[in-house]
Amino acid sequence: MRATLLRAGRGIRWYLREATGETKWDDYLERCRGEGVQPVSRRAYERHRAEHKENNPQSRCC
Amino acid sequence: MSTSTSQRQTPSKMTPQAIAIWGGIAVVGAVCWTVLALHRGEDVSALWVLFAALSSYAIAYRFYSRFIAYRVLGVDNTRATPAERLGNGFDYEVTDRRVLFGHHFAAIAGAGPLVGPVLAAQMGYLPGTIWIIVGVIFAGAVQDSVVLFFSMRRNGKSLGQMVREEIGVVGGIAALIAVFAIMIIILAVLALVVVNALAESPWGVFSIALTIPIALFMGFYLRYLRPGRVMEVTAIGVVLLLLAIVGGGYVDQTGLGETLTLSPEILTVALIVYGFVASILPVWMLLTPRDYLSTFMKIGVILLLAVGLVIAAPVLENQAVTDFGLDGDGPVFAGKIFPFVFITIACGALSGFHALIASGTTPKMVAKESHVRMIGYGGMLMESFVAISALIAASVIDQGLYFAINSPAGSTGGTPQAAAEFITTLGFTISPADLTAAAQSIEEESLISRTGGAPTLAFGISSIFTQAFGGGLAAFWYHFAIMFEALFILTAVDAGTRVGRFMLQDTIGNLWPRYADISWKPASWSASAVVVAAWGYMLYVGVTDPLGGINQLFPLFGISNQLLAAIALTLCVSLMLKHGKLKWVWVPGIPLAWDLITTMTASWQKVFSDNPLIGYFEQRSAYKAAVDEGELLPPATDMDQMQQIITNSTVNGVLQALFALLTLIVVLSAIPVWVRAVRSGGLPTTEAPHEPSHIVAPADFFATAEEKAAVREHEASQRDLAGSGGRR
Repeated sequence: MRATLLRAGRGIRWYLREATGETKWDDYLERCRGEGVQPVSRRAYERHRAEHKENNPQSRCC
Repeated sequence: MSTSTSQRQTPSKMTPQAIAIWGGIAVVGAVCWTVLALHRGEDVSALWVLFAALSSYAIAYRFYSRFIAYRVLGVDNTRATPAERLGNGFDYEVTDRRVLFGHHFAAIAGAGPLVGPVLAAQMGYLPGTIWIIVGVIFAGAVQDSVVLFFSMRRNGKSLGQMVREEIGVVGGIAALIAVFAIMIIILAVLALVVVNALAESPWGVFSIALTIPIALFMGFYLRYLRPGRVMEVTAIGVVLLLLAIVGGGYVDQTGLGETLTLSPEILTVALIVYGFVASILPVWMLLTPRDYLSTFMKIGVILLLAVGLVIAAPVLENQAVTDFGLDGDGPVFAGKIFPFVFITIACGALSGFHALIASGTTPKMVAKESHVRMIGYGGMLMESFVAISALIAASVIDQGLYFAINSPAGSTGGTPQAAAEFITTLGFTISPADLTAAAQSIEEESLISRTGGAPTLAFGISSIFTQAFGGGLAAFWYHFAIMFEALFILTAVDAGTRVGRFMLQDTIGNLWPRYADISWKPASWSASAVVVAAWGYMLYVGVTDPLGGINQLFPLFGISNQLLAAIALTLCVSLMLKHGKLKWVWVPGIPLAWDLITTMTASWQKVFSDNPLIGYFEQRSAYKAAVDEGELLPPATDMDQMQQIITNSTVNGVLQALFALLTLIVVLSAIPVWVRAVRSGGLPTTEAPHEPSHIVAPADFFATAEEKAAVREHEASQRDLAGSGGRR
């Protein structure tokens, strides 16, 4: 019972982190490690993402 | 099991257990539909509608969507998707199928599936129920998944681009103009829904106004305090939002109540100013954080509503089919079931606007081709479920009250006494005291002629939640529901204005290249101003229309959305034929034919009908003739209003004719392509060539044991590769 609840909790947390894009930062760090590059700061990285959103608006339907 | 066979995902034979389960679901569905078809004049539980919908969706998803994906479209998991081939960490990015399902659903579902069914409830619950369920299965979800598939095979090209490249330049230009014009109408009608919900409601205005500082706070938090921590800031935002709703209840007792009781005209000006400012502010400040809030509210309320409906199990007060549907003389909007139920309910059954999203960001994020089925088809089924819930919410409230809320002010007179008399002429009874009591129960000044669908839906949701969860919180739930709708309409207005601005800059940029520079302020500001002015004007037309804006504009909104669907389905048919799939062309062909029949009939009636309640131009001449005679025609009370009606019906009629004409141009320009494609058994298309896929991922919502094993095997082999120093 406890184990199931824990698993469900972890699943929801994983889903929310993925859906809100929080994990993009983790993915970026991973990519940098793989390629042996020094990552930029989180602030700079998130600004870069915001810049991208600025120029690629997504429509929301009715 | 080898990777190559699990990659293929060919449909397998059903096990006996599966046959038993699906047989059971089919029986449940058949029983629900039979009950709905046979019960007359008795208490019908809303759960019959709910379960008829759910079992139909399950069967359609399991069988028809699978057939479409594997047989008709031929999804191929050995083929790399654009996300895999072009992945750049931004727009092209391999995304988990369940996460992308959430993103796609949040992008397609808004106020549309909530408003249309509420208005269509004037025809009874049955026409709406049948169209929402049958329509989504054979038209809406088909359109969404087929457009998603074809766009994915073309690296995520937009609908307009595909029409130009696959059908021709003339069709492409017509489609581009149609998309832009239709977007303006949709924004105006959505904004009109917000204005009607907030007018004379200090509680509503207070809580919606507070969403602006809340969103700004979230934006600055994410920019400067703790960049990237979306979940924690959204949690804070949701708490603040709930406090704003609770706080709104006390506004009336303070001096602020008077100040926040705003007329529709003032709200219109406020919304236009807001729309312009929001569209030129950087997205991180307002749009992005509000989008997080509205998405969470959207998913939360839908889940809550589903649970609430099952617990409350309300009885439908609405008739199965009303005389308004048969005679076409309903007060909410004029017109008979055919064709008007099919255009009043667009979102939830078939929505052309989705084609813009299915050919926008989503196709660039699909991990495996097989995911088109659950994201395109499954996402639309979910929206249809929202529409069914809205239809139920509108059908469980007292029908006298329903018509008092939804009839234009010109008919109800605006006072409880006059409204009660008007309701009697419709064949329902509600006393003036009951009308006042209903408004008091949710702490609003009045519910009479609160058209637009949002107040009706909020009242229905509030009574379902009160029934299900108890607690005497009717007023809180009402404003909670209003907030939830207004929040994502405002997000849609922001985002739509911005998309419209980019389209305009891009188009003018073809003639004057500098104008296309999105960072050049004079261009971006002026393009924003043009877009806001366009929808702002239509909004103003709707708000001040003496005949009732929703009554006049909603048919235009529905028809334009369905005409966009006709353009999208025309593209689908063209591509099926160009790919040599004549055998399966009926899959998008039947919905296209049906959509053209209903929308062209509706367009014809709106333009040429000799009934002034339906035909815009007949309405114009009726009022023009009266003005020439120096007479007043109700509901106009002075000559200015008479002139206003004449102007408005001319504008609406011209737009209506223009939309139909643009769609016909696209369809007619596609016919020669169809003929050539059929004659030569197919034509070259702009499909990207096959490149092998290296991603292994389950196909459906839940992974099968074999798929899990294949994923594990794949991950192990990746680790081995990494361990031995090689990278793929």
